Amino acid sequence: MTEPNEILRVTDLKTYFPVRSKGLLPRTIAHVKAVDGVSLTLSTGETLGLVGESGSGKTTTARSILMLVRPTAGSIELEGEEISKLSTKQLVPLRRKAQMIFQDPYNALNPRHTVGGIVSAPFKVQGVEPPGGVKATVQELMERVGLNPEHYNRYPNEFSGGQRQRIGIARAIALRPKLIVCDEPVSALDVSIQAQIINLLKDLQKEFGIAYLFVAHDLAVVRQISHRVAVMYLGKIMESAPRKTIYTAPLHPYTHSLLSAVPIPDPKRQSERARIRLVGDLPSPIDPPSGCVFRTRCFQAQDRCATEIPPLVEVAPGHHVACHFPIATPPKAATVPAAI
Amino acid sequence: MQVEAGAERPFLSVSGLSVAFPTEDGLVRAVDGVSLSIEKGKTLAIVGESGSGKSVTAQAIMGLINRKTAKVSGEIWLDGQELVGLSDSEVQALRGSEIAMIFQDPMSSLHPFYRVGDQIVEAIRAHRQVGAKAAKRETLDMLRRVGIPAVERRIDDYPHQLSGGMRQRVMIAMALINSPALLIADEPTTALDVTVQAQILELITSLQAEFGTTVIMITHDLGIVADVADEVAVMYGGRIVEVAPTGLLYDRPEMPYTLGLLSSIPRMDRELPERLEAIRGNPPSPIRLPAGCVFQPRCNYSDRVTSGACLDVRPELLPTTPEHLVRCHLPTEERQQITQDVFNILAGGS
Repeated sequence: MTEPNEILRVTDLKTYFPVRSKGLLPRTIAHVKAVDGVSLTLSTGETLGLVGESGSGKTTTARSILMLVRPTAGSIELEGEEISKLSTKQLVPLRRKAQMIFQDPYNALNPRHTVGGIVSAPFKVQGVEPPGGVKATVQELMERVGLNPEHYNRYPNEFSGGQRQRIGIARAIALRPKLIVCDEPVSALDVSIQAQIINLLKDLQKEFGIAYLFVAHDLAVVRQISHRVAVMYLGKIMESAPRKTIYTAPLHPYTHSLLSAVPIPDPKRQSERARIRLVGDLPSPIDPPSGCVFRTRCFQAQDRCATEIPPLVEVAPGHHVACHFPIATPPKAATVPAAI
Repeated sequence: MQVEAGAERPFLSVSGLSVAFPTEDGLVRAVDGVSLSIEKGKTLAIVGESGSGKSVTAQAIMGLINRKTAKVSGEIWLDGQELVGLSDSEVQALRGSEIAMIFQDPMSSLHPFYRVGDQIVEAIRAHRQVGAKAAKRETLDMLRRVGIPAVERRIDDYPHQLSGGMRQRVMIAMALINSPALLIADEPTTALDVTVQAQILELITSLQAEFGTTVIMITHDLGIVADVADEVAVMYGGRIVEVAPTGLLYDRPEMPYTLGLLSSIPRMDRELPERLEAIRGNPPSPIRLPAGCVFQPRCNYSDRVTSGACLDVRPELLPTTPEHLVRCHLPTEERQQITQDVFNILAGGS
């Protein structure tokens, strides 16, 4: 069922981290199910936004897809090639196709290397000699992402946060990858700089047809860049749909709650909005709730939710929901269960 | 906003506050001539990006600036008492009782080796003559009020045993335990998820209403400001560039920087624009501030000031109306026209 432009197909991905007992002979006593059965696809020139609270498993999903963390089970196909079983050495040539942009532009760049060295590293690692020479190509890349090519020999500490993120982007697009996994690429940046970087990412996508897996917690930012959005909670996808559907006609109570918690910078509208208040925090992923993992914070929860895991079902073309009691319009003042 | 001689001072009034750090590269003027005031029980939000001086302003009010490494000048009056020039022990006595602060990272105010309950008990007994039992009762009560479940058990937890949201609640409980008159919240929800952020903001506002606390909310997030503040001061390059009541600031901002900030945020309540209206360039280095208006290098409208004043004259913070102050060389009518035009474009969604 592979679509013609499909770049990435992830099926039933699971990444568990063992929890070991203390003492002389540590045994594995439990698992943190960081990613627990995630499936997704991504096509050329498309952005899939992956949202969720901290601890939802969105970053582990992203890292597992690039095999930076070894998944426990499931399959990852990059342009039809299964990569989840490959060794670290075998993965090297694939890094040409898939790259990553990190959240913290201060830690993602080696402070002892010049910008030129950082952006040209992918060519060296892959043994690629770009036509026109490395330096000219790197300077072209720097110019493309809005950096002054004359700063080729400067070090990362001479740049601001936004400029460093541009360096990270230049490095990521150097080999013209098909897929870039962006892990919270703008959340460490100032508001005025966030907009610049989002605009840049959109321009690059248009120009090179790159597919983005865009991991973020800020729903307003995700809306700006994504074509489709998947909402994660405790290692599972709760709802996924085209952008417009997620933001205007969501069905999962968790999506409703997340959307209503996003503040709107307008005092009048803010005070008029219906708000759903979630109580408590994310449950521990070592010992997730039985049945539906969201039920302990859900205003729709009923007995059935504690016993039966809701499967992710397609309710409309491209719109998947994992909920026993999906709801189109949440009650104005939603009642949530007592604090956990 | 400005305090006239002889007039009654507002609850908190800061005037001409400057904080400068001498460094090898030159003098860093982190805060330069900041004046502001708040009435009792109200919330003032100080909004700005990194390097704008908002946190240093808060630290100066808290008396947290080390006088050995920085020069602090200006006046800070809290409830009729001048704070600048107090000795360390006098400031110490005020902190935690009259003024309290909560931070972005709760671990910066919680000691990792002590049980959270004991830390709050200590905060009580450092400032008041209260018996151990009474202090514990008060602690339990406060922890319950900030929404910690199963307090009797949680009171003996160490900070690392609590989630981020719970730690934030413990820190708020500790900050409010001595009913401070002034609470300074420095990015209190930045590290939290949106769902928990909403809980914490609601908690701060409801406790504020209960205790009559005056709040200074330091943040970069114009979204949460809309929720909680009565008045907003926007900072840029160590200066306040615009002050207005919250509704007015969002409806009719006049400083091009405020306008730029408001239009660069992606908003879920509007039609999706193809591109975001980004402010070009980067914030200025506090060591090499521009000679004229500090925002001029990033301003789209400075060429409309034909005298060229934006390049070499520092604009004053001047009133448009008594409650709305703006630091900009553009004539008022022109600023208002610019805002109108930009808002019309944004509302059109293209």
